[in-house]
Amino acid sequence: MLARLFGFEHIQIAEDIASDTFLLASETWGKTKLPDNPAAWLYTVAKNKAKDYLKHNAIFNEKVAVQIKNEISEAEDVEIDLSEENINDSQLQMMFAICQPVIPAEAQIGLALRILCGFGIDEIADAFLSNKETINKRLFRAKEKLREQNVKIEFPDSKEITQRLDTVLLTLYLLFNEGYYSSSGNTNLRRDLCLEAMRLNYLLIQNRSTDLPIANALFSLMCFHASRFDARLDKNGEIILYDDQDSSLWNDELISRGTYYLVRGAKGPQLTRYHIEATIAYWHTQKQDSTEKWDNVLQLYNKLLILEYSPMAALNRTYALAKAKGKAEAIIEAEKLTQLADNHLYHSLLGHLYTGIDQQKALQHLKTALKLTKNQAEKNRIKKNIKELGL
Amino acid sequence: MNDFLLIFRRDANFDLQLTPAQMQEVTKPWQDWMGSLAAQNKLADSGNRLATDGRVVKPGSIITDGPYVEVKESVGGYIVIRAASLDEAAELSKGCPILATGGNVEIRQILPMQS
Repeated sequence: MLARLFGFEHIQIAEDIASDTFLLASETWGKTKLPDNPAAWLYTVAKNKAKDYLKHNAIFNEKVAVQIKNEISEAEDVEIDLSEENINDSQLQMMFAICQPVIPAEAQIGLALRILCGFGIDEIADAFLSNKETINKRLFRAKEKLREQNVKIEFPDSKEITQRLDTVLLTLYLLFNEGYYSSSGNTNLRRDLCLEAMRLNYLLIQNRSTDLPIANALFSLMCFHASRFDARLDKNGEIILYDDQDSSLWNDELISRGTYYLVRGAKGPQLTRYHIEATIAYWHTQKQDSTEKWDNVLQLYNKLLILEYSPMAALNRTYALAKAKGKAEAIIEAEKLTQLADNHLYHSLLGHLYTGIDQQKALQHLKTALKLTKNQAEKNRIKKNIKELGL
Repeated sequence: MNDFLLIFRRDANFDLQLTPAQMQEVTKPWQDWMGSLAAQNKLADSGNRLATDGRVVKPGSIITDGPYVEVKESVGGYIVIRAASLDEAAELSKGCPILATGGNVEIRQILPMQS
């Protein structure tokens, strides 16, 4: 909201006011009881601070350059509309402003977290497994770039919207993945990243001009993934693999939401990677293993790969192949993926496929996987697999 | 790595005889084969299928109906793959489903335009 009022030239001011406000809140609320409506309280304080700033700034400017007279009247006239609708609109406009191909995806995510989600630099650094200085620099450069390009904080016109929405959705997709797949040990933070991505995606769906099938497909994907939040992490924040998850912990509410938005997303001719990934995620919510399930998953991974290659999709396709057509056929296909020879997950997969077929080969691949991974949880899991070979 | 164009030729009458359900059955091996190429990061362009009908334009504004060669050798589609050599490209083509229905694959290296 504030950022939109000030524009990118003065985004630093908006950020300062926001963090001052939060600081004041934590001090005040620590001493007294919570106000009845904390959000309104925050907005009111931030609004007053913004007005103060504009007044001071205007007086200062007047002394330096006399001609800027109207700034004062502007400052007095400033009225910040705090209706929910306006807050949502501001967030949407800011989303479009931040998500620009001219700045790197990582910086887009960082800016979104900072400006749209109010995350601290510490938290962003933690999420990216980086440090404060790096993140500060990255965000500073990104903001400079937006200033240079004179990016306006506004809704794109209807002709541009499809193309611009692609960038926004990609950023939200990456933001969600950052939370879902990050190796940061901070479980709460990771969950927050996912929930923020979902919140912003939901804003897009609620707005008529951005409520497009592709936005619904991505939201559906997020719902399906999020339905396994409680089942996929153990007490130490370590990943529990799909096969080992307690499916009674899967969230049925989110699964049915996912299905609802997948159906909404299926309107129209466009088949994007979000549609395919959401449909794969849908099949993963089916608890029963069946040939039908894995045959469908295999075909979806084929489609996904034909659309766009990624190492994870290549590995997952091979896993689905083993489930649908047996390990022997999957081994033949897996051995062809020579481009993944230094990927530890590739060797883990081969270890899994050879287990029960050729124990020595399984051992060989698991040992290679162990050598290639740095992640402790991963190492523990591989050691367990080696032990289970019974050699 | 170089790009190679794979041109699929088959008897054009074959497709016309298929029911939608059979068509579905024909599609699956193609998805499996192309999915396998893509998993190896060797699919450069998923290409297209071509309609059976065609026209040939000859000098002197003469337009004739296609297909022009023999119906049995009609081009049905194409994809582009990445491979280290012509030999590797040929090896990768061995799994192509067109072979199962009596068709063939022609493999040609793509030479980028000199600017």
